[in-house]
Amino acid sequence: MTSVKLKLKDSDVQQLKEVAKSFNNQPGELINVLHKAQEIFGYLPAEVQEVVANELNVSVAKVYGVVTFYSFFTMLPKGRYPISICTGTACYVRGADKVLDEFKRLLKVPVGETTEDGKFSITCLRCVGACGLAPVVMVGDKTYGRVTTDGVKEILKEYEDEV
Amino acid sequence: MELIKLKIDNRTVEVEKGTTIFHAAKKLGIEIPTLCYMNLGDLKIEHKPGGCRVCVVEVEGRRNLAPACATECFEGMEVQTHNVRVLNARKTVLELILSDHPFDCLICAKSGTCDLQDMAIKMGVRSIPYQGEKSTYKPDFSPAIIREMDKCIMCRRCETMCNDFQTVGVLSGINRGFESVVAPAFERDLDHSECTYCGQCVAVCPTGALTEVDHTTQLIRDLADPKKTVVVQTAPAVRAALGEAFGLEPGTLVTGKMVSALRRLGFDYVFDTDFAADLTIMEEGSELLDRLTRFLGGDKEVKLPMLTSCCPGWVNFFEYHFPDMRDIPSTARSPQQMFGSIAKTYFADKIETNRKEMVVVSVMPCVAKKYECTREEFKVDGNPDVDYSISTRELAHLIKRTNMDFASLPEEDFDKPLGESTGAAVIFGTTGGVIEAAVRTAYEIHTGKSLEKVDFEQLRGFEGIRKASVDFEGTEIKIGIAHGLGHARKLLDDIKAGKSDFHAIEIMACPGGCIGGGGQPLHHGDPSVIKARQKAIYQEDAGKAIRKSHENPYIKKLYEEFLEKPMSEKAHHLLHTHYFDKKRKDVLLD
Ligand code: SF4
Ligand code: SF4
Ligand code: SF4
Ligand code: FES
Ligand code: FES
Repeated sequence: MTSVKLKLKDSDVQQLKEVAKSFNNQPGELINVLHKAQEIFGYLPAEVQEVVANELNVSVAKVYGVVTFYSFFTMLPKGRYPISICTGTACYVRGADKVLDEFKRLLKVPVGETTEDGKFSITCLRCVGACGLAPVVMVGDKTYGRVTTDGVKEILKEYEDEV
Repeated sequence: MELIKLKIDNRTVEVEKGTTIFHAAKKLGIEIPTLCYMNLGDLKIEHKPGGCRVCVVEVEGRRNLAPACATECFEGMEVQTHNVRVLNARKTVLELILSDHPFDCLICAKSGTCDLQDMAIKMGVRSIPYQGEKSTYKPDFSPAIIREMDKCIMCRRCETMCNDFQTVGVLSGINRGFESVVAPAFERDLDHSECTYCGQCVAVCPTGALTEVDHTTQLIRDLADPKKTVVVQTAPAVRAALGEAFGLEPGTLVTGKMVSALRRLGFDYVFDTDFAADLTIMEEGSELLDRLTRFLGGDKEVKLPMLTSCCPGWVNFFEYHFPDMRDIPSTARSPQQMFGSIAKTYFADKIETNRKEMVVVSVMPCVAKKYECTREEFKVDGNPDVDYSISTRELAHLIKRTNMDFASLPEEDFDKPLGESTGAAVIFGTTGGVIEAAVRTAYEIHTGKSLEKVDFEQLRGFEGIRKASVDFEGTEIKIGIAHGLGHARKLLDDIKAGKSDFHAIEIMACPGGCIGGGGQPLHHGDPSVIKARQKAIYQEDAGKAIRKSHENPYIKKLYEEFLEKPMSEKAHHLLHTHYFDKKRKDVLLD
């Protein structure tokens, strides 16, 4: 496998090691430690998983197994403006799938991935508890309700001037 | 011990509390079919993920069928193992598994020895009513093992062997649902993982998902090439297992028939790795004596215990997991490599040829040896000492393919000079054998006396870790033995922690030693097969005229004519090696 090795920030790695320590470096805490790791790094690249494996003394294969098993873990970095589309039942019946398709079409990336410039990423969420506004889309912390396919372009426009 | 009574197929049986339906049924002679379940008895490996559900039975009063392998019996339980509902359910389970399985039986390496295929035959599957999407994966070709995950049924036996028994931790179940599969971290190829190539995952895989790299096509071509001198060497454990592939009882020795089969295949010289095992004892035994003498003389620098180094699976293991301890194992090469080295120098000179025109093939119970012979340090100007290694299974296949009736083959002897060996060499095939062979020689050299009795019963057995001591006329030599890398890891941790007082430790990667190697005929989850092979090995030893390596006349001659003496400069150059630090290269370490 040819891959450019990612250089993690020393301070982040240090923080992760402390997290592991706070869980007594127990292999049984793997999922909890991974959660924290994802908070620190935003995602779980191979390098982070290797640190976790080392700290908890479990095999890297096992860590990778857990990361790929649970959908809330991601190995891909989020964009600077992470777009989350609710695909809960209410949103779905009101056309969330079409909205999602439109985002994918305009940004030219599949779900779970980030645009080449690192600006946007797309993920799907289960019900976010705002069913009255279905279909719901979130960009970072900002929530958009009753989104239509035409509205997708509008939303993206808001971020046009941002870097 | 609490006993409970239950009825299976209307027959009463009494079992200990905690017994599963599967084992209770077995007691009545009822064989409930299983696929994912694996119980390696004496090796203390029981794998019961309860995942495949091929073993379902009906339990009176329960709505759902229960997996017999993972369901405990209770008092008054009534079980039906083959009523219509059960038989239909089993067949459906199998049809579902097959709906996501390639229909490659006609061209699959496992065909004929595949548990999934056997099960389909047993269940009478005639069509696959469920047509769905099939998972496809890129095949992974490493120097020793091929992974074709399209054929994986997620029984996860391989994971248990790699993680629990071997503690190598290369394999893990990844993803979920339809996408789930067993793979190394980040779905890398095995070649980019810390795989030791012990082949124990291959030995338990019920399907063709994990198989060994096949060299038989190459071999047939080389045998047909008149310009090449093709030399074969056979490992000790092969003769104790090859017969199984021809329907003989496990533990049947087939040394003579194997030799004549190899001769009929067209090898120019049929030699024995056992010769090189005797040579290993001369080198490794001398190294041990040298370290011991220095130690007893007060030298604090000397590295003890000395660890054996004849198992390449084990060598890979410490290079990856204990690289800082790589100065403890003996520097002696494995018998396979010693043989190659001597064949392409000493013997090539004798028959007036050169290494480029000679092909050295080994027949091994082992998968790791396929990798070992590709190591750069075992090549001279790019030409390997051993060109390639075939497994016991590949040899069996080749014999069948070339129309030989194995049972009616005559018994023949190995060629000379590299075919002569002693009983000490034969026992290399089993756990405890290498160290017993070393003791036989080291004792005599150290004490200057001849052994009354060459059998050291205290070194024999099947326990994962064994400890024994041998009296060298007043000096007590403490010996440790481990088979299975998980057991080896324990002994290594002790050494690291300064808690080990052994002088010498023998380590073999596979259960039972090479007799349980990853290249042997499949044991299909029955460890008694491995034990039967062990008996055969000791039987061969007992029947040998010479049972101590240093008494092998051809070994003596080899030193006289060529190597001078054990550990000489020439011996170092040809018969010893060095180890590498292969610690997780990809890991971010501070
Ligand atoms: S060959 Fe051995 S180390 Fe490699 S994956 Fe299989 S069980 Fe694990
Ligand atoms: S590779 Fe073989 S042993 Fe491993 S889970 Fe798949 S079928 Fe089972
Ligand atoms: S124990 Fe024998 S068969 Fe197994 S890896 Fe070692 S040398 Fe090969
Ligand atoms: S389903 Fe989308 S907010 Fe509830
Ligand atoms: S054999 Fe019992 S569930 Fe697989």
